[in-house]
Amino acid sequence: MADYKYHILICGGTGCRASKSEQITETFKNVLAQKGLNNEVQVVVTGCFGFCEKGPIVKMLPDNTFYVEVKPEDCEEIVNEHLVKGRKVERLLYVDPENKQRVSDSKHMDFYKKQLRIALRNCGFIDPENIDEYIARDGYEALANVLEQNNPAEAIETVKKSGLRGRGGGGFPTGLKWEIASKNHADQKYMICNADEGDPGAFMDRSILEGDPHSLIEAMTIGGFCIGATKGLVYIRAEYPLAIKRLEIAIGQAKEYGLLGKNILGSGFDFDLELRYGAGAFVCGEETALIHSMEGLRGEPTFKPPFPAQEGYLKKPSNVNNVETFANIPVIFNKGWEWFASIGTEKSKGTKVFALAGQINNVGLIEVPMGITLREVVFEIGGGIKNGKKFKAVQTGGPSGGCLTEAFLDTPIDYDNLLAAGSMMGSGGMIVMDETSCMPAVARFYLDFTVEESCGKCTPCRVGNKRLCEILDKITEGKGTLEDLEILKNLSQVIKDTALCGLGQTSPNPILSTIDHFWDEYLAHVTDKKCPAGQCKAMKQYIIDTDNCIGCTACARGCPVGAITGEKKMPHTIKQELCIKCGACYAKCKFNAISIK
Amino acid sequence: MKQDHIDKIKEICKHFNNEGGELINVLHQTQHYIGYLPAEAQELIAKELHISVAQVYGVVSFYSFFTMIPKGEHPISVCMGTACYVRGAEKVLDEFKRLLNINVGETTPDGKFSLTALRCIGACGLAPVITVGEQVYGRLAPDDVQTILDQYKN
Ligand SMILES: Cc1cc2nc3c(=O)[nH]c(=O)nc-3n(C[C@H](O)[C@H](O)[C@H](O)COP(=O)(O)O)c2cc1C
Ligand code: SF4
Ligand code: SF4
Ligand code: SF4
Ligand code: FES
Ligand code: FES
Repeated sequence: MADYKYHILICGGTGCRASKSEQITETFKNVLAQKGLNNEVQVVVTGCFGFCEKGPIVKMLPDNTFYVEVKPEDCEEIVNEHLVKGRKVERLLYVDPENKQRVSDSKHMDFYKKQLRIALRNCGFIDPENIDEYIARDGYEALANVLEQNNPAEAIETVKKSGLRGRGGGGFPTGLKWEIASKNHADQKYMICNADEGDPGAFMDRSILEGDPHSLIEAMTIGGFCIGATKGLVYIRAEYPLAIKRLEIAIGQAKEYGLLGKNILGSGFDFDLELRYGAGAFVCGEETALIHSMEGLRGEPTFKPPFPAQEGYLKKPSNVNNVETFANIPVIFNKGWEWFASIGTEKSKGTKVFALAGQINNVGLIEVPMGITLREVVFEIGGGIKNGKKFKAVQTGGPSGGCLTEAFLDTPIDYDNLLAAGSMMGSGGMIVMDETSCMPAVARFYLDFTVEESCGKCTPCRVGNKRLCEILDKITEGKGTLEDLEILKNLSQVIKDTALCGLGQTSPNPILSTIDHFWDEYLAHVTDKKCPAGQCKAMKQYIIDTDNCIGCTACARGCPVGAITGEKKMPHTIKQELCIKCGACYAKCKFNAISIK
Repeated sequence: MKQDHIDKIKEICKHFNNEGGELINVLHQTQHYIGYLPAEAQELIAKELHISVAQVYGVVSFYSFFTMIPKGEHPISVCMGTACYVRGAEKVLDEFKRLLNINVGETTPDGKFSLTALRCIGACGLAPVITVGEQVYGRLAPDDVQTILDQYKN
């Protein structure tokens, strides 16, 4: 980035693009051209900055000013004030919710203070479509060194000693996986990247692919060299068009620079990279299913062993790793395994990226050292619960995981502690729920997902989960019985014990964990026919309080089914048999006359 | 099937060397071109790739990205990912169903709108989120649904 005096970095992540960041880029380019500044100022479209809640984000270099919630109309002012006159546009700076001060450098924001960026080191800093910017930040140095040393066993040892564990969910030690694959001999082996990212509500892999595609290419090439694979395959979701485009551009550039293809950097090592597209099936994230899908078949899992390291893609030894796992690799070589192993807890080293979402003030993508507490994540980085409501639970591990409650707030987060608490790390979705979330309904939401995504190959998962779902439907409709709760528990255990693949083996977790922590809430649904969180429609009643109702007719006009009757200026009433419980009247009434029972 | 569709499918298959292992790539490109995967297209692909129609159909029906019914002129997708769900996506979806009078996976009789649910488009910061074609709308409440539909009515 040497020739320009200033750089304007604009977030090109999905969240910010959804709120017009592309128009912001265009407007900046136009304004700069009009003012003849385009030789002094460079406009760079980056990947996600993480702070999606406050997007679109625009960052100015060299002074690191971090503008939030920028609109295309603001561009001219930013150029005039910031670049020409050297004055910050105060109104676009982030306001600290505590002391109401404006903060201009992101490093002083609570959202960023406790973060440590390893996998996301380049996201939001470089132009992902320009290989030179990656190289300027030590890119491809690790690959060059590994090839120069020419000692795969030694390189694998480095990954082993770093303590890196798979970020795709299971947490299997990456170095060990590479070692196993390296020892299986065959005429062809494959290095595979799992970029299927199926956990709904997690988007870290996508951000890495969109914001720093070269780190994946570099890491896969290193991995290929270590295990003796000359072909790499990235299995990527077709729903991620921008990630696909950026990865394709990056592959093209790497080939041009001799960093991919034949005889890489003159080492004699060949490595090619190809993309394979997913087609919207969650189970294809499971590695055996993924491999079948790459072969053009239905993505059904098969029993392990044989493991992919023995018999993988086209029956050849294959090694599957997740995107975030790969993104850590170059840094481990550049900064040394000792450095990496010094971060985190005893058995979980390094950092983890989480997609923080739900009823929380700062939704976004965060990367934190293993061992951080949930309290720090939710209340410091996340800025606490939205609208001053009460914290209820955090769901981690997506459809395979469970809920963590208040009691867990001060436990260090790592693979083993999460498992012990009845949840799991998963791919890093972290959904924060407040007191208005109904836990049986949350469990039903996840089961709905599993039922839809089950491949149907084995009976416990195909039929069992459907039954679980039906029982949860009954409970949330106010028709459940105590016996149903017993069936839920027993059937869940049976499915866990007998399902063929990881999907079915973990699918009852959201039920078991919510039953464990929120038993009273289940009881209230089945014995009192009440939903304590006030979410379950069937158990809800909207009632007009005749004392407060002034007969303004607002509710009656807003009711989509005409369930509200009454004379003007006279108290209104709701015909319960017509009401579809949409809540429109409740939102419309300005006189507090409608209550929910 | 129209002749240009037949030609295009043959061309796509050829591009992938008429290899059965490339079935998913072939289906992606065919759907991209025609908009959906009608039975005749699947039969043709099976023939071109020398595999059974059952295998093609098995794959098409397995993956939710592939569809056998034509999408509406304005395909609406409501994100039902977890982040959107806890911020009220179900209510937004219900409102779309009610106003369009169709269910998820259906197209309105006039062919204007189709409705699907998808999982996380990576804009969780704007939850709940929907897309109409390529356009993303975020921070929605059921009240906004009518306004969005009105923009596409004519
Ligand atoms: C149902 C199911 C879904 C999965 N989805 C993903 C996924 O979306 N992304 C991913 O990287 N791993 C996923 N996994 C884990 C993979 O099977 C595999 O363990 C992982 O990709 C290995 O990479 P890692 O060791 O680097 O984590 C899933 C596993 C199961 C059982
Ligand atoms: S557990 Fe479910 S997803 Fe896995 S093989 Fe059985 S049916 Fe398929
Ligand atoms: S909840 Fe909806 S349907 Fe029921 S009375 Fe109110 S506006 Fe009408
Ligand atoms: S909106 Fe409130 S005050 Fe007005 S008629 Fe309805 S219940 Fe009464
Ligand atoms: S998408 Fe812009 S900050 Fe995340
Ligand atoms: S869950 Fe809807 S955008 Fe992520």
